[in-house]
Amino acid sequence: MKKVFERPKSLTKDPFTYCPGCHHGIAHRLVAEALDDFGVREKTIGVCPVGCSVFAYVFFDCDMICAAHGRAPAVATGIKKSKPDSIVFTYQGDGDLASIGTAEIVHAANRGENITVIFINNAIYGMTGGQMAPTTLVGQVTQTSPYGRDPKTMGYPIKVAEMLSTLKGVAYISRVALSKPAYILKAKKAIKKAFQTQVEGKGFSLVEVLSTCPTNWGLSPIEANKWLEENMIPYFPLGEFKTPEEVS
Amino acid sequence: MGEKILMKGNEAIGEAAIRAGCRFYFGYPITPQSELTAYMAKKLLKMEDAAFVQAESEIAAINMVYGAAATGVRTMTSSSSPGISLKQEGISYIACAELPCVIVNMQRGGPGLGSIQPGQADYFQATKGGGHGDYHLIVLAPSSVQELVDLTMNAFDLADKYTNPVMILGDGLIGQMMEAVEFKERKKISLPDKERWALTGCKGREKNYIVPFNLDPYEMEKTNFKIQKKYNELKEKEVRYETINLDNADLIVVAYGTVARIIKTVIDNAKKEGINIGLIRPITLFPFPDKIIAETSEKINKFLVVEMSLGQMVEDVKLAVNGRVEVNFYGRVGGVIPTQSEILNEIKKYLK
Amino acid sequence: MAKIVVDEERCKGCELCIPVCPKHIIVMSENFNKKGYHSAKQINPEECTGCAFCAMTCPDVAIEVFK
Repeated sequence: MKKVFERPKSLTKDPFTYCPGCHHGIAHRLVAEALDDFGVREKTIGVCPVGCSVFAYVFFDCDMICAAHGRAPAVATGIKKSKPDSIVFTYQGDGDLASIGTAEIVHAANRGENITVIFINNAIYGMTGGQMAPTTLVGQVTQTSPYGRDPKTMGYPIKVAEMLSTLKGVAYISRVALSKPAYILKAKKAIKKAFQTQVEGKGFSLVEVLSTCPTNWGLSPIEANKWLEENMIPYFPLGEFKTPEEVS
Repeated sequence: MGEKILMKGNEAIGEAAIRAGCRFYFGYPITPQSELTAYMAKKLLKMEDAAFVQAESEIAAINMVYGAAATGVRTMTSSSSPGISLKQEGISYIACAELPCVIVNMQRGGPGLGSIQPGQADYFQATKGGGHGDYHLIVLAPSSVQELVDLTMNAFDLADKYTNPVMILGDGLIGQMMEAVEFKERKKISLPDKERWALTGCKGREKNYIVPFNLDPYEMEKTNFKIQKKYNELKEKEVRYETINLDNADLIVVAYGTVARIIKTVIDNAKKEGINIGLIRPITLFPFPDKIIAETSEKINKFLVVEMSLGQMVEDVKLAVNGRVEVNFYGRVGGVIPTQSEILNEIKKYLK
Repeated sequence: MAKIVVDEERCKGCELCIPVCPKHIIVMSENFNKKGYHSAKQINPEECTGCAFCAMTCPDVAIEVFK
């Protein structure tokens, strides 16, 4: 028998420190597989955020740097400008990218920086213990929206993929989910396409990954997958929002 | 070589930085330093293997510097007081990550949006850390356009040597002033290899990673001790200052940058009135020249610190003097530059 | 002929691999691993098709698939 599924080379052997059932591990694997597929591990520089995935530097077997909360796209800009032949990616959560780092992501996208952004949207702050994120759904209960997110005072969840795809400088944007194998296969294609966009020098690419946070949602991993499909996907539709062909 | 060019302070920094090998500049416009940002755009956008980015904010600019510095290149940003406040988070990260870079602060009057005229009220912020945590920048304080050029070039070497951010602490006056400058050929010095930490892709080696945190407090404490050791070395080896007329002075003025320039004229004018004034001009504000101040305070018992602040460097002078003699203070703020006559009148108060 | 190999020490017992197996041949072990989790294990390996759904769903990349 031949091994048909194994740990990608671009992941270290270190076991993930994420909670049981957390989708970060799946997203990490898909990123690592894309680096393996393009054979770019040795020229990749990854930027990890502040949040649960601050430890991504341990798990990716390539050069890594940890950015301040929200600043990963600016750090990635500095890296890519000074090492234009490298492959640069950021890995950011929703608090990091869509709240404290809104300016950095919008302008990196608008400049058309030739980097790849993996945006993990799990509708909550994980590491700080379950506070409201900019992507928390209306009515969703969190530590800081204890009576449910009220759009009158807390606004509506931000649709990052849609918002950024209005920018002319953006080459590739898609939204995927990881709650079942069919979605995971599509996510793998999307992440690969995002890196391909960068490898081909076509400009800014971003994949928004709908993910679960069983711990802070207060659900089992299986229930969390169901919650994601029933609640997040209707509000955050999956699909490609911009592809490189559209770049003029 | 040897040719003198008339240049504005802000532009001279840009030219000096490029000649020192800086090819990556990230900035955001703010008065009174915008000419530097424009100069770097004009030059770097036409150069190979170089980049200029007008960032979306000061915060983004310093984080771009963090990213570029991590790859081992010479990189800089510049701003003025309110913009430097915005950069503090990034500076703290860079100091913790032990990356080399140069940050220029052409200070203006504060606090708040303040004014656009010169100031020296960012001394505490520049020399005591500025952001969160125990760290220091190497802080260089030029008082002429020529010194601005020389110190900018030195700044990149110091940053590489100590893998620590260096701040050029000027002010709006020195940035806007035009003077003849010479770009002297510099001696080649050997600097530590960046290979062992720079992020360049892990081909042929183990991966490098730069992480300015450690959740294990004992490990984080070790990081602090390691960084602190560099500061002690800086205090031993890199202190720079200028002294004038220390031997027979009736009173010693301690001043830096633009104010020190004014003091030099005050010294000449005072001499005509038979008053002997000495000057200690710190060139490195961190490491601070406390030894020369301490030694002088054993011989001369009248000190006056003059600043364009309401009393910041004076605290370091008092620490150096350690109670031996009285240390007096005179300052103007908000963008007001003290005049020679008002300083001389102040000096006379203490000589009665 | 196919089979899966679960790295018991990596497994955190999240159970996500169980419902995705089309042959329903993954169950939770009654034993604890060193981290204190019940890890996943395959029963009736002769039914395994090597579809790898379990492996691609595993957030800890703890499953290898042979075919």
